[in-house]
Amino acid sequence: MPDIKELQVNGRVMPVEADADRTLLNVLRDDLDLTGTKYGCGEGECGACTVHIDGVAARSCQRKVGNLAGKKITTIEGLSSGGKLHALQQAFWDVGALQCGYCTPGMIMSALSLLKKNPSPSEAEIVRAMDGNICRCGTYGRIVSAISAAAKQIREAK
Amino acid sequence: MKTQNEFVSDYVIEPERYELHAAPIYNFNFTRRRFFKLMGGGVIIVAVVSHALAQQESGRRGGGRGGGNRPREISAWLHIGEDGTITVFTGKAEVGQNIRTTLTQVVAEELRVPVSAIRLVMADTERVPYDAGTFGSQSTPQMVPQLRRVAAAARESLIELAAEQQKVERDVLVIAGAKIKNSKTSESFGFGQITKGQKFMKTVVDSVTLTPATKWTVAGTPVPKVDGADFVSGKHQYASDVKLPGMLHGKIVRPSSYRAKLASLDTKAAEALPGVTVVHDGDFVGVVAPDSLQAERAAKAVQAQWSSGSQASDAQLFDQLKRGARVTKDTKPELGENGDQKLSATYTIAYIAHAPLEPRAAVAEWKDGKLTAWTGTQRPFGVKAELMQAFGLTDDKVRVIVPDTGAGYGGKHNGEAAIEAARLAKTAGKPVKLVWTREEEFTWAYFRPAGVIDVSATVTREGKITSWEFHNYNSGGSGIRMLYNVPGARTESHNAAGGSPLRQGSYRALAATANHFARESHVDDLARLIKMDPLEFRLKNLTDKRLRAVLEAAAEKFQWGRAKSDEQRGFGIAVGTEKNSCVATCAEVSIDRKSGKVTVVRVTQAFECGAVLNPDGLKNQNEGAIVQGVGGALFEAIRFADGKITNPRFSDYRVPRFSDTPKIEVVLLDLKESTSIGAGETPIVGIAPAIGNAICAATGRRLRSMPMAPDGLKA
Repeated sequence: MPDIKELQVNGRVMPVEADADRTLLNVLRDDLDLTGTKYGCGEGECGACTVHIDGVAARSCQRKVGNLAGKKITTIEGLSSGGKLHALQQAFWDVGALQCGYCTPGMIMSALSLLKKNPSPSEAEIVRAMDGNICRCGTYGRIVSAISAAAKQIREAK
Repeated sequence: MKTQNEFVSDYVIEPERYELHAAPIYNFNFTRRRFFKLMGGGVIIVAVVSHALAQQESGRRGGGRGGGNRPREISAWLHIGEDGTITVFTGKAEVGQNIRTTLTQVVAEELRVPVSAIRLVMADTERVPYDAGTFGSQSTPQMVPQLRRVAAAARESLIELAAEQQKVERDVLVIAGAKIKNSKTSESFGFGQITKGQKFMKTVVDSVTLTPATKWTVAGTPVPKVDGADFVSGKHQYASDVKLPGMLHGKIVRPSSYRAKLASLDTKAAEALPGVTVVHDGDFVGVVAPDSLQAERAAKAVQAQWSSGSQASDAQLFDQLKRGARVTKDTKPELGENGDQKLSATYTIAYIAHAPLEPRAAVAEWKDGKLTAWTGTQRPFGVKAELMQAFGLTDDKVRVIVPDTGAGYGGKHNGEAAIEAARLAKTAGKPVKLVWTREEEFTWAYFRPAGVIDVSATVTREGKITSWEFHNYNSGGSGIRMLYNVPGARTESHNAAGGSPLRQGSYRALAATANHFARESHVDDLARLIKMDPLEFRLKNLTDKRLRAVLEAAAEKFQWGRAKSDEQRGFGIAVGTEKNSCVATCAEVSIDRKSGKVTVVRVTQAFECGAVLNPDGLKNQNEGAIVQGVGGALFEAIRFADGKITNPRFSDYRVPRFSDTPKIEVVLLDLKESTSIGAGETPIVGIAPAIGNAICAATGRRLRSMPMAPDGLKA
């Protein structure tokens, strides 16, 4: 399979030289040094590798880069702007919705996708939307609180 | 046979299985000159503990050397640079328990500076003093007092130096808000003004005045994770994120099953792939390639045949663990002597996996005969020793660096990934990264031990437990002590006669979860036998003040007894202690009688670990332990057949998710007058029996196997 020559990541066109069969996860991490996106299971079961492709949450371990030419990819590194954390990132930190933090980028990317579709989700809606993400440290209750708090803050800022 | 009687002190910790072969005695003979050469000028305060204390405080086993002339060991140090920057060096590792934040708080407290002014260098074997490892809930009881001492000594030293410099009496100087102030002239100086041009070094053992917990303003408060911004932004580099120039990616060709030996090998096809090198050394076969996909392809192209004899399967597990033991199978109550009721029962515990979300990973680099490995582990110096042994290297030729790690839960005590990456890198002649796949992590890491527990007890009609006999086969002796007042109670932990069929090791709270599950379930049944409320029954048999306090606090907050269990809803309670902290857990479960689905609706947990250092961090640990404990209680189990793990994926091995999470309330009992005790483990021991007792209260069915309901409650 031919190589892919560039990817659009976090608003920039980035040159790469990657076998088209490689996963987006590996190319992001190993070629583009965007290591905020994590490997957790390689089967799309844990959500640690969640990124957005054309604004939709996707498991980057399940996507081959060959199919992503021209697609707009957003990773956790693309969320903060001008050194200021995104409301979700700030809420996760403030609420203490993390322990080891390894699942956190994937959690935040999944939560961002939820808030785009539903700016004021109920707790039950958050649980349903986030159930594909694993936090082995068990901070789920706090993550629900952080997402609720961020949603409120984003609504009020508008 | 290992026997542990009920009089064992709370402070005795079961030897972590993986520490037994670890730790060369390692004295850091840092000279004054070397310290200043390494760190530049300023003020250096070194914490020194006597060798015997070092063993105790670093969790190391074995007797200290006798006699009065004990060698001393450096356990931590603090450096205030000439520009006033404060750096603390400790061998503890951050694995999500937030010890970095807690340790920063206690230093900030004693030095009277904000937490943001302090940087901690942790778990880098070349930059920090020896430490046996981060396990056994020992970071708080060991490292907290040591860092408080060095920080308090640093504070006093700064005043001393400032008094000299300013030619004033030291009494007029006070430290507050990161400044040294002259209370007479109202002049103030930054630390850098005092440390500039200094080469001041001091060692402290003890006898430093520490700020009492009742006066804490930074310690004891809910400081958020100190470097939290790096984690929520994806900036923090875990071991698996480290990248070096020219680095290659490795992949191991794994045996077909446990204990399999390499029978034949053909690497031609793999070696024909561009950029691939195959490494073969005994039973070790691995590949390196420019990227991880190519490494995967190469590993698949390797033709390896493995041979192994037939091995145990999970179906025979518990028989195998108990082989040769006295068997008590009778679970029907019977009338004992004196009219007491007697109840005997057998409990079983499955192997479970830690499954930290960051799997084992390492980057290894050889440079001029020296090996450096970045890896996620709870034992940086243990992994260093493993590397020294594996490659025949001297102490100065190995460095292990542990970035804050994607969790461990007792599961990352060893250096497998580091050794493998180093072996690959040695042949490749370039740095190599190796990240275990989830399947490898589930298959080749070690498990929480499976176990069989026999319990036999008698109770009077009035509700006094009159005898207790408790035998644990294979899962261990932690938390086995009988907490209730039963004269002559007998508790024993036995090794499995035939050994464990799978590789087993440490896990958060070790065997305390299994032993608490059996004890608290059995005690609940005794209460049921004589128709007494389980809380009342426990209090009637319990005199320990700390245990009574957590039990009463949890029951009160939960409003125990307010609602009665019925067919769809059950309430359960359990109490326990391990690593010297105390926990009581109340659980409410709902049961769908049609589908058999068990849902843990609500949990209230009371916890006491002396003076609380960070109430929010402590609540977080409690909540996380409860959630993790729900998995082991209800559905987590490793399945295996003939030496192969048959469910090595998250799609087959169910871990708790958002939808499994109960509403959790944590009540902290903050004992300001007591020393602070670790809390990473004990919060997990109460949840399984509380859930089991709640299920029994609703259904009348006693579930004696963990996990209790992997497929719901069957009709």
